[in-house]
Amino acid sequence: MTLTLSKVDQLHEIEQFLYREARYADEHQYEHWEALWADDGIYWVPANGDDIDPEKEMSIIYDNRSRIKLRVKQLLSGKRHTQEPQSRLRRLISNIELLGEETKGLRVGANAIVFETNQRGDTIWCARIEYVLRRIGGDYRIAFKKVALVNNEKAIYTLSFLI
Amino acid sequence: MNMMAPSPRWGDLVHRDRVHGSLYRDPAIFEIELEKIWYRTWVYVGHESEVPNPHDFILKTIGLQPVLMTRDADGKVNLLLNRCTHRGNQLCAKEKGNAQRHTCPFHSWTFGSDGRLIGYAFPDGYDGLDKGALSLGRVPRVASYRGFVFGSFATDGPSLAEHLGGAAETLDRLALTSPEGEIEITAGFLKHRVKTNWKFVLENETDGYHPAFVHSSIFSVSESGIGSLYGAKSTAVTRDYGNGHTEVDLRPEFRKRDAPLGWFGTTADKLPDYVAKMNAAYGEKRAREIMIDGTPHVMIFPNLFIAEIQLFVIEPHGVDDTVQHVTALQFKGAPDLNRRMRQQTMGSVGPAGFLLADDSEMYERTLRGIQASKADWVFLGRGEHRERRDADGYIVAHATDEVPSRGIWKHYRNLMEQGK
Repeated sequence: MTLTLSKVDQLHEIEQFLYREARYADEHQYEHWEALWADDGIYWVPANGDDIDPEKEMSIIYDNRSRIKLRVKQLLSGKRHTQEPQSRLRRLISNIELLGEETKGLRVGANAIVFETNQRGDTIWCARIEYVLRRIGGDYRIAFKKVALVNNEKAIYTLSFLI
Repeated sequence: MNMMAPSPRWGDLVHRDRVHGSLYRDPAIFEIELEKIWYRTWVYVGHESEVPNPHDFILKTIGLQPVLMTRDADGKVNLLLNRCTHRGNQLCAKEKGNAQRHTCPFHSWTFGSDGRLIGYAFPDGYDGLDKGALSLGRVPRVASYRGFVFGSFATDGPSLAEHLGGAAETLDRLALTSPEGEIEITAGFLKHRVKTNWKFVLENETDGYHPAFVHSSIFSVSESGIGSLYGAKSTAVTRDYGNGHTEVDLRPEFRKRDAPLGWFGTTADKLPDYVAKMNAAYGEKRAREIMIDGTPHVMIFPNLFIAEIQLFVIEPHGVDDTVQHVTALQFKGAPDLNRRMRQQTMGSVGPAGFLLADDSEMYERTLRGIQASKADWVFLGRGEHRERRDADGYIVAHATDEVPSRGIWKHYRNLMEQGK
């Protein structure tokens, strides 16, 4: 399949958006990160597999928009001990694919590797990420973000930074 | 065990109001704990509702022992060792499921859900094998209370009822929050690994002194109502039930608030179906009392923690490696309550939880702090001067007092000194 020029532009725009989101998360720019979310955004990190029903089973994170806001407020409080001192982080986002339009926005898939270092030690996190991105006013907003950690069936260390 | 260095003199390490740092740090002590605590006393394994049907199974542990919890054809719950009796291969590799038979992939030895050896490949290679002697290893004593299944590797000793003692009442109290009088464990577990000693986790579960500080970030940004339960003016009490079981009894505070479902941070009008079912089940007066008192905050030694809306299981992996398993409590006949239980549980606990990520940070920092072995005591004297006995004779004191830690260590010392 050959991409039309507009598709190439769109892919480029989305890549730039995801890199920006990654940088805000890595650098703990919590308010900037939160501003990327749509009003109905869902932030989901499943446990015990990638396709559980989050309405019935435990997830590591299953935040609606108000809980995303609360998560950010807690991080901004300066008293979120697990992030004081903050983890040092860098992540790579790769294998970005546009998976199709949905009613809520454009579905985008990517892989991610995050390197975290903190007082406990160094931890590598690896995940498949699926986004639903919505075009709003010349930019994108995250309507849905699912982070399926490769090791989400195992016992994992504290995950208190923005993954 | 006899090949190890001699046991320390426990009385030198465990005093009434202070304990020695090596108890959290020394790998040799961890090995002794496995034998004297994890492989002897009653340890919580799982809930009957996790294996509801005949031949259901789920993988669990007792200490470092991999355990296959099954329900057999007769409906009996078995705690089997998850190793083939032929060459020691891990028998079951699936986390949970339903299977009448478990076949070892190594040489095709096959066992029933009750642990019986049913058969093996190429039987003519054995001359009159005694199948009965080659059944799966099993936890010799299994008992359950209100669906909570415990196992003990000691062939004799105190019964489960004797072990639970007065703390059994907290599980009775828990069940009352269900209009059908039963809890269920159905929502799957979050598994949160912490680089710490298991006893820091155990002690923290009923430590009422830390919430105001460790959880100040979430208390400062959300109206949880939890903070004041653990303030200096709180009327809640800490309680030592004996046998290492401890509680923070929040009922005095909830009774003062006098609001049904206040313990859960909500109001009766938000859960009309639940309230109606409770009224029908218990009568309005009793239902109101139950909904004011709420569920317990109790730590059943050594590894079962009921934290109002959650159930935690503490699993020791090594002297500095512990896994906290946690799930939302689910109450039979209360779908609307259960939905909120799951939502609140996901927000507050597990690796990303608003509360538990900070508790876990403290667990890990305490292990790091305690490496400073040149000043090697942990002080547990808070509230000794205001301890008193409650109507049942149990030691109680203020919500922030270290009654639970003192109770845990007293029992610990007893266990460690036994049979030496």
